[in-house]
Amino acid sequence: MLADLALIFLWVPTDATMGIVQRVFYFHVPSAWVGFLAFFVVFVGSIAYLVKPAPRWDALAHSAAEIGTLFMTIVLITGPIWARPVWGVWWTWSPQLTTSLILWLIYVAYLMLRAYAPTQQQAARYSAVLGIIGFVDVPIIYFAAILWRDIHPEKVVGPMAERGSLAPEMLFVFLFSVLTFTVLFVMFLQQRLTVRRAEDTLAQARRASSR
Amino acid sequence: MNSRRKGSTCAIEVQGLHKAFGPLSVLRRLSLRVEWGECLVLLGPNGSGKTTLLKVLATLARPDAGQVQVAGYDQRQYPAHVRAAVGMLGHHSLLYDELTPEENLRFYGRLYSVAGLEQRIAEVLKRVGMAERRRQRVRTMSHGMQRRVALARAILHDPPVLLLDEPESGLDQEALSLLKGILKGTVEHGGSVLMSTHNLEQGLALGDRIAILAGGRIAYLESARTLDAAAVQGAFRRHTGASL
Amino acid sequence: MTNFWRAVLTILWKDILLEVRAKETITPVLVFAFLVVIIFNFAFEPTPLLVVTVAPGILWVAFTFAGVLGLSRSFAVEKDKGSLDGLMLAPVGREAIYFGKLLGSFLFMLVVELLMLPPFLVLFNVPLFEPEFLITAMVATLGFAAVGTVFSAMSVNTRAREIMLPVLFFPIVLPVIIGAVAASGPILEEGSWSDIAGWLQFMVAFDAIFLVVSSLTFQFVLEE
Repeated sequence: MLADLALIFLWVPTDATMGIVQRVFYFHVPSAWVGFLAFFVVFVGSIAYLVKPAPRWDALAHSAAEIGTLFMTIVLITGPIWARPVWGVWWTWSPQLTTSLILWLIYVAYLMLRAYAPTQQQAARYSAVLGIIGFVDVPIIYFAAILWRDIHPEKVVGPMAERGSLAPEMLFVFLFSVLTFTVLFVMFLQQRLTVRRAEDTLAQARRASSR
Repeated sequence: MNSRRKGSTCAIEVQGLHKAFGPLSVLRRLSLRVEWGECLVLLGPNGSGKTTLLKVLATLARPDAGQVQVAGYDQRQYPAHVRAAVGMLGHHSLLYDELTPEENLRFYGRLYSVAGLEQRIAEVLKRVGMAERRRQRVRTMSHGMQRRVALARAILHDPPVLLLDEPESGLDQEALSLLKGILKGTVEHGGSVLMSTHNLEQGLALGDRIAILAGGRIAYLESARTLDAAAVQGAFRRHTGASL
Repeated sequence: MTNFWRAVLTILWKDILLEVRAKETITPVLVFAFLVVIIFNFAFEPTPLLVVTVAPGILWVAFTFAGVLGLSRSFAVEKDKGSLDGLMLAPVGREAIYFGKLLGSFLFMLVVELLMLPPFLVLFNVPLFEPEFLITAMVATLGFAAVGTVFSAMSVNTRAREIMLPVLFFPIVLPVIIGAVAASGPILEEGSWSDIAGWLQFMVAFDAIFLVVSSLTFQFVLEE
């Protein structure tokens, strides 16, 4: 992670047209990647939990959802920081942005649902159902946003169209960032699962001692 | 009573049933057997898991571990068969307020594919003494009357296994004797009844055997014929630390 | 008729009978939808030129809000007297319960939408009794009901259920709302089938996908 930071801030050349703010790119896109990857983990964990309701599947889906929410939040914060100087607007309803925002909203709904469900089992089952429906929905949202763009011509050019090709150093740092963030995600996930196990043990111990 | 599996040796067989809500274990390796042609009465303090046990038997709740067979069918493998064999009366009436008893029973009767439905509806409403009120909306009825219709709903499809959760609550003397008659009829025709109650007197009068549920399992099980109220009360205090 | 469809129709018939008896849901929902339209009218103050642009949006916002209200009632009537347990106790497939409740919500929303059309027509002076629009509305509403039935059964058990349902429901049905609004635009400009075919196909695909996914996952929502 430190190496990645060093590369981003010290080594990679500053973008000619976009300037210093382009460095946000090395956080923004890898975070988005992790956000979507996490949702895939939620999806897999959810299916596994419904097929075989073992707590560890629920723990996996829940932990991935929490981390995914975090990274999607980073995406939604860094996005406008980058977009404002480059595009002149904070926000645009491009398919990528729309999908990211809705995915974030689904994550928020997922965490709310868990908090508001009557029992732990129901929280696990409900959120698993949402994890599956939500994951199936994400590509559909993206597709709808693309179709929508077709009838509303873009006023600003999307990030993919504008960038063209990356300089070799940039590409290297970018790929390195993606790798770092993925490793970070796996580490977070492991940490969170450990914490979750500790929480469960604690809850059990509390119950036992209150008897 | 054709929804019973051929060759099933007993009405309800539970082995090592475990059910927890989150970290709270309600039932712990509970085992229980209810024979055909008997009425088993379940006693236990509030929160001892009586309702949970009945819900698991009726397929409303999924067991965490253990074997559950009702009318010869495994609860996990053949849930639909178990449902067809079970008549359940819980705390809620399960009736729609804006519909009449007749319409409520017609709705449920169709879901249960009851043959000769209209005739059967008239029959069960007569048995619970609600024949004259069959066209009155449920919302306008007293609690006791609603309980009677709820009872009619539970026996509508002539189930061989009756699961009753505190059936006496809200019933007046007349309705109680009707209930008694229905339970006797079920048992005499070879069916089975498992009921929970808080009323020891009623339990002794209705049950063939008395069980006490404590600590998540059956702590006490005796034939009702050899028991009097004092003996059961003593056992109840011993196992639960509370009095009936 | 198979047992499955008999169960579906029995549940549907019961819901219709309940609604006709009590009219507990349709009256407030209609008034609410009408109010939404009026508020939007003042929010945008559409001139005759602007009306074609904003009318589809206003219409579908009203339909979506009204639909959420209807959906929240769908399982609230089952929950309050515990009659959901009654459905669960019955020896019918959980899919039959899903499709029965889904058809009830679908018909309810269609009736609300149909009743909303005349006032909308009067207020905004746009042609809506076109087959193109009616088909669009049906396809979109089916998508609402397919997803909404699952979330209605879910949210009825949660705390703050009136808020949970829209929070769960809106992000997921967003593609249908986009599709319905986008397809309604050309219709109001007297467009033809070819203008909306793409969106219709898209929404039909959405319906098909979520009818399958929802009916498969619904049983897990019902269990206690």
